[in-house]
Amino acid sequence: MRSTIQPGILPVCAIKILPLAIGCLHRILRKFIRQSYIIFSYLQRIIMSSLVKNDRMLKVTNLACARGEQELFANVCFELHAGEMLQVLGENGSGKTTLLRTLCGFSQPLAGEIFWQGKVIRDASEEYHADIIYLGHLNAIKDELSALENLRISCTLADCEISDSDALEALRNMGLRGRETFPVKLLSQGQRRRVALARLLLSKAPLWILDEPLAALDVEAAVLIQDLIARHLKDRGMVIYTTHQTLEVSGTEIRRLSLS
Amino acid sequence: MSKLSPFGLMGLVIVRDLTLAMRRRADVMTILIFFVMVSSLFPLAVGTEADLLRKMAPGVVWVAALLASMLSLSRMFSSDYLDGTLEQMIIVPHSLSMLVLSKIIAHWMLSGLPLVLIAPVLGLQFDMSGQALMILVVTLLLGTPVLSIIGAIGAALTLGLRGGGVLISLLVLPLCIPVLIFGTGAVAQVLDGVSAAANLSLLGALLLMSLLFAPWVTAQALRISLE
Repeated sequence: MRSTIQPGILPVCAIKILPLAIGCLHRILRKFIRQSYIIFSYLQRIIMSSLVKNDRMLKVTNLACARGEQELFANVCFELHAGEMLQVLGENGSGKTTLLRTLCGFSQPLAGEIFWQGKVIRDASEEYHADIIYLGHLNAIKDELSALENLRISCTLADCEISDSDALEALRNMGLRGRETFPVKLLSQGQRRRVALARLLLSKAPLWILDEPLAALDVEAAVLIQDLIARHLKDRGMVIYTTHQTLEVSGTEIRRLSLS
Repeated sequence: MSKLSPFGLMGLVIVRDLTLAMRRRADVMTILIFFVMVSSLFPLAVGTEADLLRKMAPGVVWVAALLASMLSLSRMFSSDYLDGTLEQMIIVPHSLSMLVLSKIIAHWMLSGLPLVLIAPVLGLQFDMSGQALMILVVTLLLGTPVLSIIGAIGAALTLGLRGGGVLISLLVLPLCIPVLIFGTGAVAQVLDGVSAAANLSLLGALLLMSLLFAPWVTAQALRISLE
C-alpha cells in the first residue's frame, strides 16, 4: 500500500493553522507596539524633563488674591522663563507686595495656581523654596549680630554653604569694607539694606523675588544692584520685582505686569 | 549646594538664639530675678512658721516658675517677626517644625534652665529637706520644657497682636495646670514619705506628648500668623 497524502488535507491544514499564526503574529505585534510605546513615552519624558530643566519656568494662571475681605486683583496670568525679568506695576495698595508674597508661598491665593517647573508650588514647597530668594520690605537681619554673622546664618539656612572669606568678599563688594564685624544696629538704613542684598551675591537660587530692592539705597548702590541683576539674568536667572525708582538693566527687555 | 542635615539646622538655630540672648543679657536676667522675687515674697507675706513654709514650698516655687516662664513667652517669636527673619525662616528649604523645635529648645535653655538651676537655693529658704529639693529639681527639669513647648503654640497664635503678652497667659496658663499638679504632687508625695515615681512618669509622658505634637501645631500657627 502506498501511503499518500490526501489532496484535500493541505488546504484544511492551512485554514486551521492560518488563524493561529495570525493570532500569534498579532499578539507579537501588539506586544512590540506596546513595548515601543512605553519606550517612546519614556524617551519623551526624559527629553521633556531635560528641556524643562534647561528652561526653568514660573507659570501663574488666573491668580486672584485678597487682603482681608477685599479682593485686590483677579485673573493674573504670566509665564517667566530663564533670563527674563518682570516688573510688577501698580499704585500704592494695588497688591504688589501681596502678589510677591503669594508667589513666595506665604499666603494662599483666592483662585488660580502657581507652577514652578511644572509643579504646583504648594506640593513641592521645599524644592521650590530652595530655588527662590525673597527680599521684602524688612531686611531680615538681626541688630545684635554683625553683618558677617547675619550673612553666614541666612546663607546656611538657605542651604548655601559659604566660607568666611566668601562672605567677607561679598560684603566688601556691597561697599561695607571695614564694617563687616560691627553690630548691625550701628549701621545706617542704607547700609543695612546692603547687608540684606549681599545675599544675592552668594546665592545660587535661580528665582529672585525682590520687593522694593532700591529702597534706602544711594545711587552708587543702585547701580551695583542693577549690575547684579544683569549678571543674574545672563546666567539664565529670573527676577520679579517692584520698585518706584527706575531700574535699568542693560541688554534685557523688562516685561511689565500692571495690577491696576 | 550642600543640604543641611536636620541636626545641623537645629545646632545653627540654637547657637544663633543663644548668641542673640548673650548680647542682650537683660532679658534672661529679668526672668530670673522675677522668679527669685516672687518666691521670696511668700515668706514675707505669710509669716515665718517653718512648718507652714515647708508645706507651701513646692507650690510656691512651681507657681513662680510658671509665671516667670509666661513672662518670656511673648519674646519667643516676636523679635524675629518684627525684623523679618521669621518670614525668611518659613521659606528656607527645611521643615518648619524642626526649626520651631530648635527655637523652643533655645528658649527653654534661656528661660527654663536658669530657673531649674536656682530652684534649690530658693528651696533652702523654705527649709526643704535634701531629698525634697532633689525631687523639686527633677520635676522642674521635666516640667519647664513642657511650659516652653505649650507656650510656643500660644506665642505663635498671638504673634503680631496688640496686647499679645496678656493673651498668651490667658491661653496657655489653663493648659499648664496638669504640669503644675503633677509637679507639686511629686514633691508633696516625697514630703509625705511616698514614692514620687507615678507623678514623675506622668510629667515625662506630658513632655513626650507635647514634644510630639506641639512643634507641628506651632509651625501651622506661625504660617497663619504670617499670611
